[in-house]
Amino acid sequence: MTATAPNSFRRAAGRHTVQEDPMTVRDAAAALPRLEVTALSKTYGSGGSAKCVIEDLTFTVNTGEVVCIVGPSGVGKTTLLKCLAGLQPVTSGAAAIDGRKIDGPPAEMALVFQDYNRSLMPWLTVRKNIRLPLRHLRLQAAELNQRIDTALEAVGLTHAANQYPWQLSGGMQQRVAIARALAYRPEILIMDEPFASVDAQTRFELEDLCLKIRDDFGMTILVVTHDIDEAVYLSDRVVVLGAKPARVLDVVDIDLPAPRDQISSRALKEFADQRTNVLSMIRKPA
Amino acid sequence: MKRKALNWSLGVATPVLLVAAWWAASANSMNTFFPPLSAIMVRFRELWLFDHFGSDILLSLRNLLLGYAVATVAGVVIGFVTALVPVARWALDPVIHFLRGIPPVALVPIFISLIGFGIEMRVASIALAALFPTLIATVDGIRSVDTTLKDVSSVYRLSRGEKLAQVYLPAAGPQIASGMQVSLQVAFIVMIASEMLGSSEGIGAMTLLAQQSFMIPDMWAGILLLGVIGFGANLVFELLKNRILAWHAGSRRLANS
Ligand SMILES: Nc1ncnc2c1ncn2[C@@H]1O[C@H](COP(=O)(O)OP(=O)(O)O)[C@@H](O)[C@H]1O
Ligand SMILES: [Mg+2]
Repeated sequence: MTATAPNSFRRAAGRHTVQEDPMTVRDAAAALPRLEVTALSKTYGSGGSAKCVIEDLTFTVNTGEVVCIVGPSGVGKTTLLKCLAGLQPVTSGAAAIDGRKIDGPPAEMALVFQDYNRSLMPWLTVRKNIRLPLRHLRLQAAELNQRIDTALEAVGLTHAANQYPWQLSGGMQQRVAIARALAYRPEILIMDEPFASVDAQTRFELEDLCLKIRDDFGMTILVVTHDIDEAVYLSDRVVVLGAKPARVLDVVDIDLPAPRDQISSRALKEFADQRTNVLSMIRKPA
Repeated sequence: MKRKALNWSLGVATPVLLVAAWWAASANSMNTFFPPLSAIMVRFRELWLFDHFGSDILLSLRNLLLGYAVATVAGVVIGFVTALVPVARWALDPVIHFLRGIPPVALVPIFISLIGFGIEMRVASIALAALFPTLIATVDGIRSVDTTLKDVSSVYRLSRGEKLAQVYLPAAGPQIASGMQVSLQVAFIVMIASEMLGSSEGIGAMTLLAQQSFMIPDMWAGILLLGVIGFGANLVFELLKNRILAWHAGSRRLANS
């Protein structure tokens, strides 16, 4: 099990339901699928131009888990996330949160988009970009500002709060998008290749941030990545997608000890084994 | 920096030189149609500063602003509805596609023939003529809002009002502004035309009357005033646009560098 945060952190989660003892809740919750994808298939268009991108996909993500989805580019990972976020209707099968079928953007979810340079409002400063989704949550001014400051600090962009997104590098823009999601305090956070454009050092920091917010807020996190090492480092489980149309090749349980550490975890023999394991799944001829 | 100063001085120097050249070349002019600029300036001061200021200049400006305000508000509102409401879209799309092909100024004759003698009719024709550039630009602008931005707004569950005011409007802002600028020019043209054709008051009417009664310096004074007003209106527009859409200019500059 992962290290649990002190109670004060959990109370800070605001929207998160109050829990007495994090440890027992975590253990009990571990059995419950938070996000459930059942026989999901997705076809773009219809008739002659119909294109089946996802066929019969099934997997679950439990409360407080970090799950990574890996797969070759163009396999339909982004499409899957859009279905989960209620942005695209599924063709058949279903995705559900706590057993409720997703048919529109769920309140407890935030999505960090792959095209970071198009997902920020160019007319708003970094700070206002982060504030935009919070306006309708009707927070007190103090909490609003505190959330924004915390999120900015977490991604190391406090100094850029009053700049416009287009004045920032690609990696910084992506961190703004992540900060926006963090400040929203979703219960389920979905990220589409979030660290692809940041430098190695920042990438390690953001990976650790990802694990930290899971521990602090009990967030359930689903990350698409094409970096196998990253997937193994972050995940409790890795869902390997392959073939076209997309289907689940395998779900690999990653049982590296917690808390994870960039240097020691990656040096473990289990790490190398799991890495080889996932890689061979991907490379295996269909 | 040095470059910028040079450009600015060029921008100021050229018109000043042209005016000076006009002044010098026309100084001893005997041609009735090209009176000396000094004579024009005398009439300019006598007519507009401030004899007919209240009666004609203010009247023209009021018609212009009123018509233009109605046009832009209606253009943006109808544009939003057309772009976002499916029924309206089906009903209005063909009309808009048809109008898109016609340069806005080509519509002026229609409105001139519609112009009555009352002030309301004049304002109405200014508004109607100036409506279309803004309307079309708004429809185009809203339709080209990035899908990722729309997805972001949906994921974060922005309310309908927030989506309209905080996402669609600013995203389409640069295109709407271009449309509004064309609308301003059209409104100006129709204002002058409406006064020349159906009125005895206003700058347009006075200018045409001067020409018809062979008071050529008066005519030139009127044209000069219209030029100054047109220039001023465009300048104010540009200043406001650069202020409100500074983010757009900035991002464009950065993207091109
Ligand atoms: N809106 C769409 N309409 C039609 N086809 C699409 C659309 N979006 C994605 N696709 C297609 O679906 C396939 C999977 O795309 P995507 O989900 O972006 O893959 P990935 O994220 O794994 O790289 C691609 O072949 C792409 O061309
Ligand atoms: Mg993708």
